Amino acid sequence: MQVIEAENLGKRYRLGVINRGMLYKDIQSWWARVRGREDPNIPVHVAQNPAAVRGDEFWAFRDVSFSVGQGEILGIIGRNGAGKSTLLKVLSQITAPSAGNFKLKGRVASLLEVGTGFHGELTGRENIFLNGAILGMSRAEVRLRFEEIVEFAEVGKFIDTPVKRYSSGMYVRLAFSVAAHLQPDILIVDEVLAVGDAAFQQKCLGRMDEAAFKEGRTILFVSHNMASVRSLCTRVIMLKSGRLEVDGEPGPTVDRYLDQGSVDWDVSKRTGSGRLRIGAVHLEDASGGRLAELVAGQPCKFVLGFDNHGLGPQDRVTVGLSMHGAGTDLFANYSHYSGREFSGLPARGAFEFAWPSVDIVPGHYTFGIRVFANGDQHTGERLDTPPPFMVTIHSSDFYGAGQHGGLSHGVMLVKGVWAVRS
Amino acid sequence: MDGPLEFVRMQSESDSPDGGWDRVVSAKSGWLKLDLNELWRYRDLIYLFVRRDFVATYKQTILGPLWFIIQPVLSTIVFTIIFGQIARLPTDNIPPFLFYMCGLVSWGYFADCLNRSAGTFTGNANIFSKVYFPRLSVPIANAITNLITFGIQFSVFLVVLGYFTWKGAPIQTSWRVIVLPLLLLQMAMLGIGFGCIVSSLTTRYRDLAMLMGFFVQLWMYASCVLFPLSLYPKEWHWLLVLNPMVPVIESFRFAFLGAGTVEAYQLISGAVASLVIFVVGVVVFRHVERTFADTI
Repeated sequence: MQVIEAENLGKRYRLGVINRGMLYKDIQSWWARVRGREDPNIPVHVAQNPAAVRGDEFWAFRDVSFSVGQGEILGIIGRNGAGKSTLLKVLSQITAPSAGNFKLKGRVASLLEVGTGFHGELTGRENIFLNGAILGMSRAEVRLRFEEIVEFAEVGKFIDTPVKRYSSGMYVRLAFSVAAHLQPDILIVDEVLAVGDAAFQQKCLGRMDEAAFKEGRTILFVSHNMASVRSLCTRVIMLKSGRLEVDGEPGPTVDRYLDQGSVDWDVSKRTGSGRLRIGAVHLEDASGGRLAELVAGQPCKFVLGFDNHGLGPQDRVTVGLSMHGAGTDLFANYSHYSGREFSGLPARGAFEFAWPSVDIVPGHYTFGIRVFANGDQHTGERLDTPPPFMVTIHSSDFYGAGQHGGLSHGVMLVKGVWAVRS
Repeated sequence: MDGPLEFVRMQSESDSPDGGWDRVVSAKSGWLKLDLNELWRYRDLIYLFVRRDFVATYKQTILGPLWFIIQPVLSTIVFTIIFGQIARLPTDNIPPFLFYMCGLVSWGYFADCLNRSAGTFTGNANIFSKVYFPRLSVPIANAITNLITFGIQFSVFLVVLGYFTWKGAPIQTSWRVIVLPLLLLQMAMLGIGFGCIVSSLTTRYRDLAMLMGFFVQLWMYASCVLFPLSLYPKEWHWLLVLNPMVPVIESFRFAFLGAGTVEAYQLISGAVASLVIFVVGVVVFRHVERTFADTI
């Protein structure tokens, strides 16, 4: 039985329509137009680009059609900006589609965040009821599962304490526990498994599995964690730039997604003599499996394929990788820093940069590659400078307690150990 | 267990012309889809919102309930001095303190409903962008929570009323007080309706929120809270009564104090205007809520 059916679904945003957000600004702009003056509220860069003023459209996703049967766990994957999150928002009815339609059968609950509507002044018990109701449960249903929820959350005797006094670990566990005990026919989940400590995450995955296989619920699941998509989902759809690219078995679809992890260069934008060219670049995890994105705290390898167009056996090559983001340069690591210069390169091969642990706050970063021959970046012959490419670092349970500070607390993650000395 | 919910679902499945789909969401939507069924299904949420606001208000400050008493009493004292003693406006022969308090307590319920409904979208942006539930449950829950505040203030008013009656002031509290629930309903509808319109507009124009306080104050002065309708010549009453709050306040005073200008056409025009504003507000609100999340 089909429980979700989406037909030509699309969501459009208007780019560049300046929502001034203030009535007086609209009046100001209107007055300026009446007098034939320049609108004082248009940013300079927009004024030079009339297309933006007209309001160009941007489709977060478009012409997406699929259907989901009862009991399926459908994984939705795609890179950042592919439209996954917007698709979930539309299916969760947080925002209406701009084109097409979808139909649902049964009760739907969506979890785009855990703990939505939690109120610090209320006790754990009161919040369980409130949050349950926000997610669509009746009071009677919550009452029925109350004991289970408290037990799963491991908050025990603090259940009658205001949640503002909870540790953030307890808070998250309680929030997730309510969500995990929802019994909708269709559950829509976004990345919420990236919360809590590793053991709790495992417990949650187990809970989802159980819900689908034993209880016949349908789950839509967006994640960047390819391992859990592979193990949990019965079917996967992949979005690429807002289009539904693949709809199929989890294994092959995930592989296809990861293969896209290699970067394609725009050859025309290169500098350097060209006696060596960097070709496909991809990321690998510790065991050589391909990664589309990095995970904070995990080891990884950058594999930079090259084509040798005329370097002789005597030419010494040094290759460097640099990382930029959060408004700063994070590092540059040339192979000659650690005494490595490569000679006798084959016609085709790859440089490999092993990064023991990506101790960087999750976010989007750009990486640059430089290759020089017979000298360093100042004295040598510049062979190739491909354009920088972007890599996303995903969050993980870096500190082992389900918490981290976010970008406002610096770019580095440091596994320090706190203690008291008396 | 989930009896009522299951019931609603089964029913809609069998009734649905659309091959058993429970919900069809399409890019195009009619303006007049109110879906009150759904709101009823979420009645537990409304109850829990009321409870949350109540608990949060009373847990945070010991002064919480006391403040609700101090506020109207202080305003009444100020108005009694300014309008009663200095400006010497007539009060239909009612002791000024009682006259102003009656107006302020009833006006207070409406103003609370209006102000809180007006903040629905801006104040709940965070929740609204994360989870779906019928957004109307928020202003409705607010109107119910405000009843608690009103109850406290109204009790104080009754005490004052008792005191003045005991002192032999010329007031006649009549059987007409049974209209109180109707007056509250009308104020709630008017407050929610107008608040929903403002709330929908504030998603586009945030500065409207700043004008609200001033606007509500002006509206109060135009609503016969501080002077009786009888202050004006009778041929102008129809104009003043275009403001649906005028008959509410006058009826309130007529029922509890026995003085006020209440005529059938006024009651009807007030009720009709409130109903129209309520329906328009809800329809606009339902339309804006579809894409509200895109603007935050």
